[in-house]
Amino acid sequence: MEQSWRKAKSVFALVLGPPLFWLVLFFLIPLAIVWVYSFGTNIGLTQIAFTGTFSNYTRAIEPLYVGIFVKSVGVAALTTGLCIVLGFPVALAITFAPDKLKAWLILLIMLPFWTNLLIRTYALIAVLRDEGYVNMTYHWLWTHAGGLMTFAGLKPLGDFVPLELLHNNFAVVFGLVYVHLPFMVLPLYSALDRLDRSLLEASLDLGAGHARTMLQIVAPLALPGIASGILITFIPALGAYLTPDLLGGPDSQMIANIIERQFKRANDWPFGAALSFLLMYMTFIAIALQAVLAKRNAGAKA
Amino acid sequence: MRKRQKRAAPGPLEYLRRWPLQAWLVMVSVFLYAPLLTLMAFSFNDSKRNIVWKGFTLNYYEQVLHDQSLLTAFGNSLTIAAICTLVSVILGAMTALLLWRFRFSGKTVLDGAMALPIVVPEICMGVAMLVFFAKVMPWPSGLPWPLNLGAIIISHISFSFPFVAVVVRARMASFNRELEEAAKDLGAGEWMTIRDVIIPHMQPSLIAGALLAFTLSLDDFVITFFTSGPDTVTFPVKVYSMVRFSVTPEVNAASTLLIVLTVILTALALRFQGTDAVAGGHAPDPKA
Repeated sequence: MEQSWRKAKSVFALVLGPPLFWLVLFFLIPLAIVWVYSFGTNIGLTQIAFTGTFSNYTRAIEPLYVGIFVKSVGVAALTTGLCIVLGFPVALAITFAPDKLKAWLILLIMLPFWTNLLIRTYALIAVLRDEGYVNMTYHWLWTHAGGLMTFAGLKPLGDFVPLELLHNNFAVVFGLVYVHLPFMVLPLYSALDRLDRSLLEASLDLGAGHARTMLQIVAPLALPGIASGILITFIPALGAYLTPDLLGGPDSQMIANIIERQFKRANDWPFGAALSFLLMYMTFIAIALQAVLAKRNAGAKA
Repeated sequence: MRKRQKRAAPGPLEYLRRWPLQAWLVMVSVFLYAPLLTLMAFSFNDSKRNIVWKGFTLNYYEQVLHDQSLLTAFGNSLTIAAICTLVSVILGAMTALLLWRFRFSGKTVLDGAMALPIVVPEICMGVAMLVFFAKVMPWPSGLPWPLNLGAIIISHISFSFPFVAVVVRARMASFNRELEEAAKDLGAGEWMTIRDVIIPHMQPSLIAGALLAFTLSLDDFVITFFTSGPDTVTFPVKVYSMVRFSVTPEVNAASTLLIVLTVILTALALRFQGTDAVAGGHAPDPKA
């Protein structure tokens, strides 16, 4: 039971003061300034005038930027979808594993997650680049297959052309899935673990196959967990900066890369501020959608 | 029920013992680990181009240990993470205590505001910090180390302490309020109750929160990228500039060192919290 703050004023003041002070000064005020800037105009190199203009927002709906927003949402959605496909069987395996093994399996998924993001991205570069390990293996196979075909009297394969795996959209999606897979597995596991197992057993006893049980029994019951997994994966993927920056090519820019450019090279802070807030609004809309969905789901159950 | 399953040969729900699922698990593990393991293996490769295995060497570790700028960056990262952890744990515990214990007007608003740093995209927070330290509170340059890291430390605390608050608050949910009443009946005042009853109950979550804050700070690139200057480079920012340049065995060696540090930290978390840290609560990750 919570107590009224009046009953212990000094304790209340002590635990309220510092966190509130920090949150307001070092988080809310910086964000508020960016918000104000998004209605400003550049005058000169470093001066920004607060003109209350909406021109930064109207510029953001030019086809170029709308295209990038749409593309970012698409990439994030594709990433989320692939994470579900990859992660669902893993979550299932963890759920029905014996207790001891369970801990190890979770550790298996979580250890890369705790590893520095930059190092993981760098590791992918080393794997995917032209001289990377994938292309090396491919080259080796190519050479040997070529030799074999000459031996069999067929036409040789011709010159080896490495697969283009890096600096394109494929690499960005690959990298985002690599980075965000643990985000998806944990909420899925958490949802599956709460399921009533007798429902699954009943479904299997009554003759439904495993695939049908998953789709018609497990998926609907685990829907809230799946929804929160989607949200947790989608939001960081939408705002990803490092992955498209290091793994992507010139046409794989996402919102975050455009924002960074406005604040660094392009030096157009008001426009960058407007883009930042648009990205934030999109995040909030995603969260609100999930909350509404969860509420409706809870209502349907009651 | 679980025990019965263990004894029976392949029970209907023992998905882990079915080969398609096993194959899937192996595939996902290879996907997650192969890049990291090859990275670590090739840090010992005696070849500058780092493509074909040429033999074992520790040269690149020697180079890393003599690379002054890399060492400085690493030292900066550890210092930032340490200070950030300390302050975040204190602020996070206060926040948790506030939201768990008290009833006050505006609580819902504060609760929501405390969740903001967790959900706001990193890039937005990065630019907010950039603007703040450029226009509102310029961090004086030329301060002696570690004061020159102040701007980065402040930004790291801003995104870390709400995570600590979430972890501590989850722990407080299991607190038995009768203990507090008993303490008060026995004559303890507010302060004494907090010191002798509430904080001891919080303790495991304080350690978990500290490890989380430390990792978050050590891991952060985007927000640091916007707040660091030429003489306040952190390890991820340094590696970023090296990676942009090329793939070299030195980066592999430096990365391997950090991966080892991560594994040690994870092992510590396991030791302090038991397997519970990874499995027990199976609460979705607090980063959520």
